[in-house]
Order: sequence, then C-alpha cells, then structure tokens
Amino acid sequence: MSDIAFVRTEILPQKAPPVAATGFIGWARENLFSGWFNSILTVLSLAVIFSVLSSILPWVFSPTWNGTSLANCREILTAAGSVGEHGTTGACWGVIRERWLQLMFGFYPSELYWRPILTFVMLFVALGPILFTDFVPSKLIWFSGLFPFIAAWLLWGGSIWNPLVALAGFAIGFGVFRYASTALGALAAIILAALVPILWWVFLAGPVASGLSSVIPLELETVQSRNFGGFMLSITIGVTAIICSLPLGIILALGRQSDLLIVKSLCVGFIEFIRGVPLITLLFVASTLLNIFMPPGTNFDIILRVLIMVTLFAAAYMAEVIRGGLAALPKGQYEGADSLGLDYWQAQRLVIMPQALKISIPGIVSTFIGVFKDTTLVSIIALLDPLGLSNAIRADANWNGIVWELYGFIALLFFVFCFSMSRYSMYLERKLTTDHH
Amino acid sequence: MSDLALDRDIDRSKMQVSDEVAIEITNMNKWYGTFHVLRDINLTVNRGERIVIAGPSGSGKSTLIRCINRLEEHQQGKIVVDGTELTSDLKNIDKIRSEVGMCFQHFNLFPHLTILENLTLAPIWVRKTPKKEAIETAMYFLEKVKIPEQADKYPGMLSGGQQQRVAIARSLCMKPRIMLFDEPTSALDPEMIKEVLDTMIELAEEGMTMLCVTHEMGFARQVANRVIFMDQGQIVEQNEPEEFFNNPKSERTKLFLSQILGH
Repeated sequence: MSDIAFVRTEILPQKAPPVAATGFIGWARENLFSGWFNSILTVLSLAVIFSVLSSILPWVFSPTWNGTSLANCREILTAAGSVGEHGTTGACWGVIRERWLQLMFGFYPSELYWRPILTFVMLFVALGPILFTDFVPSKLIWFSGLFPFIAAWLLWGGSIWNPLVALAGFAIGFGVFRYASTALGALAAIILAALVPILWWVFLAGPVASGLSSVIPLELETVQSRNFGGFMLSITIGVTAIICSLPLGIILALGRQSDLLIVKSLCVGFIEFIRGVPLITLLFVASTLLNIFMPPGTNFDIILRVLIMVTLFAAAYMAEVIRGGLAALPKGQYEGADSLGLDYWQAQRLVIMPQALKISIPGIVSTFIGVFKDTTLVSIIALLDPLGLSNAIRADANWNGIVWELYGFIALLFFVFCFSMSRYSMYLERKLTTDHH
Repeated sequence: MSDLALDRDIDRSKMQVSDEVAIEITNMNKWYGTFHVLRDINLTVNRGERIVIAGPSGSGKSTLIRCINRLEEHQQGKIVVDGTELTSDLKNIDKIRSEVGMCFQHFNLFPHLTILENLTLAPIWVRKTPKKEAIETAMYFLEKVKIPEQADKYPGMLSGGQQQRVAIARSLCMKPRIMLFDEPTSALDPEMIKEVLDTMIELAEEGMTMLCVTHEMGFARQVANRVIFMDQGQIVEQNEPEEFFNNPKSERTKLFLSQILGH
C-alpha cells in the first residue's frame, strides 16, 4: 500500500456553525459591516435617513386636523409655535378631513355611499377564490363570475334587468357554442358564439330589458357616470381593465404565435398599433372622436368608453409580456403535451399557459400596476379621478395653495394598492415554486 | 457508449411477434427546408416487435420516430399507424398520439404538476376517464416503475432516472399499443441508466411493440428482435441483433460498430 491510501470508516457528525455567523451579530456583520467600505456606507446611509426623517416627520405630525381653511391651519401652527424662517412649518391636514369623502367617491350622492362600499367589499369576496385558491372554497368562483354584473348594477343603479339581460348574452353565447360545436365544428362554433351575443346586446338587449322592467319594475336609483369620481373611479377603471386585459392579452399572445396568417397579422397589427400610440391619445379618442363615429343620438357612456380604451391598451402590453413567458418555455413541453394526445386548447390550458403565466408573473403584475396608475390620466378628459379632484379642491378659496397634503394623501392610497399587488405577486411566485424546497 | 451488460435473465415467453402490422411506412421523405433528412424510408413494424434504431448523430433516427406520431410532418410517402393514415387531419393525429406512447431524451414532464397529476392529465382530459379510476391506473404504473412513494412530489424534486421512469409510466397510463423511445437514457448519469433500461425490459417482456432510438447496444443485443442502422437519412442495414453485431454487412455499419464498441 502506498501512503496516499485512505479509507474513511465513520462519517463525521454535523456541527453547529460558529456563533459569529448566526444571530443578530452575525447578520449585522454580514449585511452592514462587512469591510471598511461597507461600514462607511452604512454609517452614511443612517445619517441621510436620519436627516430626511427629522425634517419630514415634524411636518407630518402637525396638529391641524381640525383646520377649516389654509389660513386657519396657519393660525393653529403659529399658536403651537411651529414657525420657521419661511412662515409656518407643518402640514394642513384639515383639507383631508373635510374632503376625504370626496376624494373617495367624487360627486356620488352621499346617501348612496353604501353602494360603492358594498361593491368594494364584494370585490374582495369575488377575488378570494381566484387569488387565494388554498384558503377560499372554490365554489365561490360562481360569485366571482356574477360579481361584474352585480357591481355594475350597484354602482350605476337602474333596472336589475339590464345586468341580467347582459348576463343572458353570455349564456346565449355558451349555448350557441355547445350546439354549434357538435353540429358545425369548432371554428364555426367560436365565430357564432362571438357573433350571436353581440347581435343580442346591440339589437335585442335594450328592448328586452325595458320590456321586462315595465312588467316587473325592480330598480335602484340611477347614478350618472359624471357623478363618479375619486378613488372609486380609479378602482372601477383599474380593476376592470386589469381583469379584462389578462384574458384578452392571452388570446392576443396566442394569436401572435398562430400559424393562421390572418389571425396572426390581425394580432400583430393590433398589438403594434396600440403600443405605438400614447394612452392619452386613446383617451381623447374615447372622449371626443368616438362620438363622431356613433350613429347620432346614441349615448355611449363615457366611463364605458374609457374602460374599453384602457383595457385594449393594457391588453396589448399584456400580450407581449405573456409572449415572453411562452418563448421561455422549452419546446419539449409542447411536444410532451402533443405526444399524449392533448388537443391545442387542452395543451394550452393545462400545460403551456400555467407555466407561461407563472414565468410572466413579475411582468404581468408590473403591467397591472402601470395600468392602475395610468387611470389618473383620465383627469385630462375631465373625469374627476383623485388628481382631477385635487385641482377642484384647490379651486376652493379655503384651500387655495394646498399641494403636498393632497398629493401626499393620494400617493399614499395609490401606494397601498400597488404595494399590495406587488407583495401578492411575490407570494404567488413562492407558492408556485415546484423545484427543490 | 459502452456495451452495457444487463445482469438479469430476460423472460422471452411473451415476446411474440405477430403477423398483424402495427406501423407501415412506405416511400416516406422529409425535408427541413431544402435539407433532405429522411430519404425513401420503407419500414414495416409488426405488433410485438422490439426495434432498436441506431446510427450516428444527424442520421435522422429521431426524426423518423417523431414522424410516427407526427411531432414532425413528413412531406412525401405514407405512414399508417394501427390502420389509420397520418394526414393533416387533426382528429386522426390526436387519435394516433393517444395510442402511441413516447418517451423523450429530456423527459418533458410537466414541472408545474405533481407526479400523480402528470400521470392522470391525459387519461382524464383525452380519454375522459373518471378521476378516481385515472388515479388508480396511475398508482398501478407508478408501482410498476417502482416509485409509488414519489406520487405527490414535483418532477423537479426527482432524479433524472426517476423522472424518466415517471415519463414512461405517464405514457403507459394512456394504455398505448406502441411505445416510441427517443434516446431515453442519453441525458442520464450511468448509475441511472440501468433503472430506466430495467423498466424498458419489463415493458418488452409484456409484449409491447417498441421502437427505441438508443446507443445502449447491450439493450439492443438482448431485447431487440431487429436492429436498424441509419445513416444520412436512409436505412442502411437491418437485421437480427446477433447477425447485426457479429456480422455487419455494410462498411458504414462496420465503422459505426467499431467506434461505439471498440473501447
């Protein structure tokens, strides 16, 4: 035997790591003070954070909650002694106390506030089975499907037959599809299932709804779209655009990959056109141009027009994000699904899309967040979203000159929504991880 | 690849080749763009045959078996599988695919589904089997490939050999009459090749019609009833394994065999 021979007879036991590598000390050493350069950076950052907070916090904690006007706020601050070299220092929160309901609901009649509030609560019930499949019974998905119709009825009011007749359009489409797919084949069935409901909505839905409501009048007080405003408007537009743009984006992304030349060119043309045009242009089209193309006398609701435009805009971006996810999937996944005999739609639904969407989650949620923030652009076409309202509030002589408090409050609310979406996406990504744990 | 010796006796009692034709390929040609990948392929496979297709890389052997379930489209000639001709008719294609199982070099398991869901997916959606029955079948085949305890894990948590066995079980759940193997052991560590080959041998012992593209010459020698050698998109030589290995006729085959068995 040579002297390099070695045979291990027992396996060494695991040892605990050294103390300096664990606990708070270990964490601080590794993350804050690893080397002299990082230590200096840590100290400098702490100094910057301290100086920023020490000038902002006194401004934020200002005793002006009961101020009735900007002048009144200044008196309160002077009395409290918060006077700096440029006059009083401190926020004037009275404007938020006085106008926060308006920032939330716009000019929605105050005796009907329960309707948007109830809708908002129901929104979370409806989202439950979609967002938290682990904790919420899946039967609730029925409610999620009905929610859009309930929400529209609660928000705008009017006869209950309007949403029911609109819902009937989908039922008719489904019925036509079921019947036609056995009688005429899949493609004809899809075309018919899209055409028949549209004809129903355009020509029959109105008369049928008014006929039914004259027989059984069952209605809520109608609220006009121009009275919508504040965060209620942002959430209405944002949530609708988010929910509608995802399926539309999936269809566009699949269409763009299609072998059928016409389908493919239509999808590519749509995506490239919408992405090549600023959202504001589309909103102007919605608010002014669209009426020119409509037959005279039709009253096409402004919020509905904006909803369609924002949804189309978001869908084009969504399609490209999802195409990225599709491109990242190995070809073997398509072949695996094909070799088992799954047809195109089954393969897409069961194998391809779940994976492509999972890969695209960060991009999808970024698009969602972008869409939600873009809803503030509607203030340009005179819809009173929170930003539009902030201008209206400043027009009041009492609050003329208020800037930071309003924008800060609006920013905070937007942040809450966008940050929640971002956190949710991270939760979802973790949940869908299927590698080694 | 080495001439891997298989350390088991093979039960040949059920390895019967019948007269019934399972696959018939006549004058089939295929091009990738202008490149002529498959040239005038004529091949008849009877039920119960175990065919190994060998050849240098780029010789078109994978393309050939991928044409049989139309993962690749042929441009000329005729392929008839189980009496159904492969045309661009999607119904026929899906029917053939659900009756012809396939295993890939990279397994192609669905990483977002558990092992059990991978196995029950196609039976439930394509065969419309009730879920309970599909799970029973899936567990039966998982037992068969000896990994029932992994049923609730995800593919990413399994070793390569285990994943390939799951992939075989996934194909078997569709009760296929023909199995295609596209280099099933090429992406595996040597330690894991044997467990996959064992599974394939068991399949052969039950009389399954098999077409394998593989470099495992030990498997070819002991299990196959016919070895096909392809080069430059053509079938150059085919024979019984004994003859093929001991007494190759064409120069090309001799060269190939000397290269893969020579060391």
